[in-house]
Amino acid sequence: MERIFTYLHYPFVRYALIVGVLIALCSSLFGVTLVLKRFSFIGDGLSHVAFGAMAIAAVLKMSSQMILILPVTVICAVLLLKTSSNAVIKGDAAIAMISVTSLAAGYLIMNVFSTSANVSGDVCSTLFGSTSILTLSKTDVWLCVIMSVLVIGAFVFFYNKIFAVTFDESFSRAAGINASLYNTMIAVIIAVIIVLAMNLVGSLLISALVIFPALSAMRLYGDFRSVTICSAVLSVLCAVSGILISIGAGTPVGSTIVAADAAVFLICFMIGKMKGKA
Amino acid sequence: MALITVENLSVGYDGKPVVEGLSFTVNEGDYLCILGENGSGKSTLMKTLLGLNKPLSGKVETGNELRHTEIGYLPQQTDVQRDFPASVKEIVLSGCIARSGLHPFYSKEEKSLAEENMEKMGITHLAKRSYRDLSGGQQQRVLLARALCAARKVLLLDEPVTGLDPKVSQEMYELIASLNKEGLTIIMISHDIDAALTYASHILHIGERTFFGSIKEYRKSRYGRYYAEERKEEA
Repeated sequence: MERIFTYLHYPFVRYALIVGVLIALCSSLFGVTLVLKRFSFIGDGLSHVAFGAMAIAAVLKMSSQMILILPVTVICAVLLLKTSSNAVIKGDAAIAMISVTSLAAGYLIMNVFSTSANVSGDVCSTLFGSTSILTLSKTDVWLCVIMSVLVIGAFVFFYNKIFAVTFDESFSRAAGINASLYNTMIAVIIAVIIVLAMNLVGSLLISALVIFPALSAMRLYGDFRSVTICSAVLSVLCAVSGILISIGAGTPVGSTIVAADAAVFLICFMIGKMKGKA
Repeated sequence: MALITVENLSVGYDGKPVVEGLSFTVNEGDYLCILGENGSGKSTLMKTLLGLNKPLSGKVETGNELRHTEIGYLPQQTDVQRDFPASVKEIVLSGCIARSGLHPFYSKEEKSLAEENMEKMGITHLAKRSYRDLSGGQQQRVLLARALCAARKVLLLDEPVTGLDPKVSQEMYELIASLNKEGLTIIMISHDIDAALTYASHILHIGERTFFGSIKEYRKSRYGRYYAEERKEEA
């Protein structure tokens, strides 16, 4: 315990905690919708796209990589949602296609053009997050705070609409709700969350952050509001304990958080089973 | 003036027509049953009436300023809904979504409207239960209560008794008929000719030959006579 308090004196630990909590909160809120809409894999696909974009930005030696990564990911998110409703190429196939292509392209570009001596190290840290969460600058933290406030604000403001569109798109459309607008909004926000979350857990592990809290909460509760709140609480708890454990034990941050999420899911799953039998 | 006037309408998807040359009218207080084989385009027609699909040709006119916010719709259940974590109250309340406009939260009136409709459907005691734990009949009542929150004038139902046992189906039909008696216009897709002949005021039969008319006219028509003979043979 005391050791943890000494850590809190370091600004980089505080930054990591702030960013971790915010990202965990945002991803879990929209995770519920994503899981229920059967879009769990979109998170995974988009994170690979973000990786590809990051590779290009790195090669171009752009000072602020966000300027490239964010729009590219957002555009892909919108396109993926469009294809899954058009069904020219089925949604899951389109996602798989785009995600492996950008993953391959990203690695290729990094290998061919990179001037860095340690290419595989660079790639590994982008994919699994490694230490970037502990090297955040003040600007990164502020950017994350602003984005998170916007994301959480949008979620609260459109909560009822998001629920209606998630539960029954045809009904909402018939009632005159512009469902495709809300779908697009959800896609854009998911893209933003994923780009932010790349700092925390790296691009390969992001979907864990999005889907695990939602799935855990769904084992325990039967109504949408409780599921949303529970998923946010679980996600934040996992992020905080994951970051603290990783600093204390010297384990990689991203994988520690995801391991915590998986463990919590297992516990919730068993509690759910027991509840069901009683 | 008619509530809904359909003129020479063709509906379908991907530019391929499923039904062509439909013309009919729905007046206030009518109970229209849409009959037809599987794949004859009943659901597509309903979606076109709702404005979810664009008509391939012809037009749907809604008189008396019938707006989206006055139509209640009970779609067929989707896979997503079967294990959806939502309480009955949350779902019924979401029927007020069109009324609430840009307001982020539901008003007191909307909440009491939801409660009223739950009472009407006899599901008040289920308000806090999770939708996924309910029986098929109870789930349909929840969706009907939600549709009622949206329906000021017209209720459109897409096969509301699919998957329900005969007793529960019967209750559902009675419930819908009582709503019609209260003045709500009903447009329902059904497979059940018996029920249609018992409760409906008008029939639209889609198929090789399209029929539209009142119940009396339907009984006299080719479809109606064919059906009556079939019944005799069974008896």
